[in-house]
Amino acid sequence: MTDLVGHEDVDIEATLNGKPLKRRVKARQHLADFLRQELELTGTHLGCEHGICGACTVLIDGRSVRSCLTLAAQISGKSVDTIEGLSQSGRLADLQKAFIERNAAQCGFCSSGMLLTAYELVSTGEAASRAEIREYLSGNMCRCTGYHAIIDAVEAVIAARTAGARQS
Amino acid sequence: MNTNTRSSTGIGARVPRLELQRLLSGRGRYIDDIKLPRMLHVCFVRSPHPHARIVSINVEPAKQARGVEAVLTAADINPRCEPFVGVALHRPGHRSAPQLLLASERAVWQGQPVVAVIADSLAEAEDAAELVAIEWAPLPVVGDQMQAIAPGTPAIHPELDDNVAFDFSLERGEPAKAFAEADYVIEEEFRFERQMAMTLETRGLIADFNPGDGSLTVIHAHQSPFQMQDVFSRHLKIPEHKVRVIAPDIGGGFGMKLNLYVDEMAAVVASMVLGRPVKFCVDRLESFVSDAQARDHRIKARIAFMKSGEIVAMEMDDIAAVGAYGMPMRFNVAEGMMAITITGAPYSFENYKARTRSIYVNKNLIGMYRGVGMPLACIATELLTDLAADKLGIDTVEFKRRTYRPKSSLPCITPGGQRLETVSFHECLEKLVELIDYDALRKEQRKLREKDVFRGLGIATFCEQTAYGPPYYGPSGAPISTQDGCNLRLEPSGSVRCVTSLTDQGQGTLTGIAQIVADTIGVSIEQVGVIGGDSSISPYGGGAWASRGMAIGGEAALRAGTMLKHNILALAGTITQTPPEALDIIDGQVVNTRTGQPVISLADVGRIGYFRQDTLPPDHDVQLSVSASFVGNDKMYYMANGVQASYVEVDCETGFIKVLGQWAVDDCGRVINPLLVDGQVRGGIVQGIGAVLYEECIYSDDANLLNGTMADYLVPMADEMPDIVVAHVETPEASTKLGAKGIGEAGLIGAMGSVWVAVNDALKPFGARVRHQPFTPERVLDALARARSGRR
Repeated sequence: MTDLVGHEDVDIEATLNGKPLKRRVKARQHLADFLRQELELTGTHLGCEHGICGACTVLIDGRSVRSCLTLAAQISGKSVDTIEGLSQSGRLADLQKAFIERNAAQCGFCSSGMLLTAYELVSTGEAASRAEIREYLSGNMCRCTGYHAIIDAVEAVIAARTAGARQS
Repeated sequence: MNTNTRSSTGIGARVPRLELQRLLSGRGRYIDDIKLPRMLHVCFVRSPHPHARIVSINVEPAKQARGVEAVLTAADINPRCEPFVGVALHRPGHRSAPQLLLASERAVWQGQPVVAVIADSLAEAEDAAELVAIEWAPLPVVGDQMQAIAPGTPAIHPELDDNVAFDFSLERGEPAKAFAEADYVIEEEFRFERQMAMTLETRGLIADFNPGDGSLTVIHAHQSPFQMQDVFSRHLKIPEHKVRVIAPDIGGGFGMKLNLYVDEMAAVVASMVLGRPVKFCVDRLESFVSDAQARDHRIKARIAFMKSGEIVAMEMDDIAAVGAYGMPMRFNVAEGMMAITITGAPYSFENYKARTRSIYVNKNLIGMYRGVGMPLACIATELLTDLAADKLGIDTVEFKRRTYRPKSSLPCITPGGQRLETVSFHECLEKLVELIDYDALRKEQRKLREKDVFRGLGIATFCEQTAYGPPYYGPSGAPISTQDGCNLRLEPSGSVRCVTSLTDQGQGTLTGIAQIVADTIGVSIEQVGVIGGDSSISPYGGGAWASRGMAIGGEAALRAGTMLKHNILALAGTITQTPPEALDIIDGQVVNTRTGQPVISLADVGRIGYFRQDTLPPDHDVQLSVSASFVGNDKMYYMANGVQASYVEVDCETGFIKVLGQWAVDDCGRVINPLLVDGQVRGGIVQGIGAVLYEECIYSDDANLLNGTMADYLVPMADEMPDIVVAHVETPEASTKLGAKGIGEAGLIGAMGSVWVAVNDALKPFGARVRHQPFTPERVLDALARARSGRR
């Protein structure tokens, strides 16, 4: 049979959810499959596998990235955060609480990506209008909520965080 | 129900969903997150042609590929499964060719599965699928419904003679006379393109056939595990008690995951052939060509009315393209039948004529999707009545006030055959008018028109049939249960475990059930654990579809809660030597109703009931597990209703449409949890806006799908959508104790209607009308150009 492109192995060293990671990966494997299949970090979801829906969003060096458009081999030397790590560390706690109180998730399939994109926004520490929040999250599809509750939740967290920053 | 001691978590409370912390921490468990030992992966080679003969299939290179366990074709798979015939027996004349799992001699839609490739990993299965060589001989394609019914067009299925699946007409009163004698008649044509449910999680299952005992367990991202238990047993000839279907966390359903799919059945057969677990999850491109699609209707509608403002007649003529086969169990006649029977329902008129035809074409099957035919009825009715009001020089709200069916006429049967009992059109309208400050919006609209800013205000009234019952599905011949059930057990520690037959794809159904159980027994929601979605452990039921969870499953939970409370109080009475009638349960304590004093905790009742029966009288029969089921035997459906408004701006230079505001006043009967109900309304509204403005499966004339990616099939994203105001009128369903109707589809139905009316309202200064959904910029500009050149 013909040799398939991308079957060669690549060694990677990275930081994943704050811990060192050394692995051998297939050159063709994208980051989402690596996280989900090899590491069983199934909180990162795949909705389209072509970079539109945002369900697979993770943070690489603090910036939101589509893990379906990123090769696992590309994370070498970088720091990757997923929903599991950010939940366990408590860094998403205020967003998660705001999402729960406002029912800003229904099926939950978009939520990991939505939360991580929102986390990137609220981490800037800057105020944002509802329109700006809507624009920031416009790369993350939610088919269930109609977005309104998500915008409410992110708006509340930004308000709380900027108020907290003013006080401190 | 503890109405006098309602807790902060009981019926009517804004309780956050119980599963959200888990789902928001990445700890949901969706179908593709689950691995079983020795699990294989299947992918399908699908037909690239809408209609073609299979000349030859060579699977040998694929069989040799790395990791491949088996490559199976129609000859291996089809004999293991009884074919499906998607025909509704209660619709005389409805017909379909039998549908087999894999295409054998020819394929009749692009995307029809042909070969199953099973390997150790999905990547290896997909690699090997590339090596399957199929030689095709393309055949003439029937691309749309008008071509399909044109004389001389060959039948897709020769045994059916022509492409008509179903042709149904109804007539009430004297429509011909009424149209002839009316002062005015307005006629419109409507076109609705195909669209998708576009759940963010695609379809999937893990089939686990165990040759050791001949049992089949299917973990299935499906809205009705009971339906699938029946299907697997019946069609694969496995005794029903050996079939178990479990719904895991599901990433959205919207009706699409209620249908029956031949590729899913083929994956189950593969597990039976190989005796190992087989996972099947469709990828996004496959979802475009294999998920049941929706709509694809062409409708002509007319309204006849008098100078006095009285509507005297309506007429609907619907032609729908339903794909290449009848959808098994869920029927492709449903959209058309709903469209023609619900049209005009909120309005007083007596003469009606309607026809719907379902037509086979070389496209993927039409199946269930949120709203079914109800938005089509809403759109036709509301656009025509809005135009009628204009013709009469009456404000559209005033026209509605005058022509809605008055409360005094209820209960009644509409000319389309709808039974209206507890609807609240006038109350919803008045609440909406106040909510949106109607007069101020109209004033603003008029002022902006002078500045060449074209805004439209659309108001749409709708009926939503919820909780379809046995009078519908019983005579259909489909083994679909419209009951639901609930098991409750007092645990020894005093908490309550609940197993419901319902499933939850994100609606929050399980939280609603917990609220009802907690409220009925008298405990807090933290004391109630709910699971659903397992066909082997709960009472038999239906699942989640047709906006039925709370209405049917909620009533079953209420009845089970009442039973368990009765049994707990009987035991508490025996333990404390008090008449049970003198006892109640409040906040998890059995109290004396006269003194209000606690007499025994539920934990002590549980402890004695399970571990110290020796202290009870010998004849005290302890029953701390109860089961209740509910169905409204005589109810075709419950009828919810509502009114919505859209305020839009149309850029008449570019054709772009912006929804500036959206308001909904909804009457879904008793509201169990406003937080979750509002979520259903808002989510439905955004799907409705998407349907009218963006969403379209674009096919070439010869039925090739042209937009099989999410970059090309547009869905609403956050920055295009407005904030949405939701308010309620609560008119409880009279035939149940709970009083809940459904809410799942209302948002979508009303929003589609109000956006249609609003956009056309904005175009009125030009005399233009856009009637082809979705309203792309191109179609808006075409409508304006037609108007400029004096055409409509």
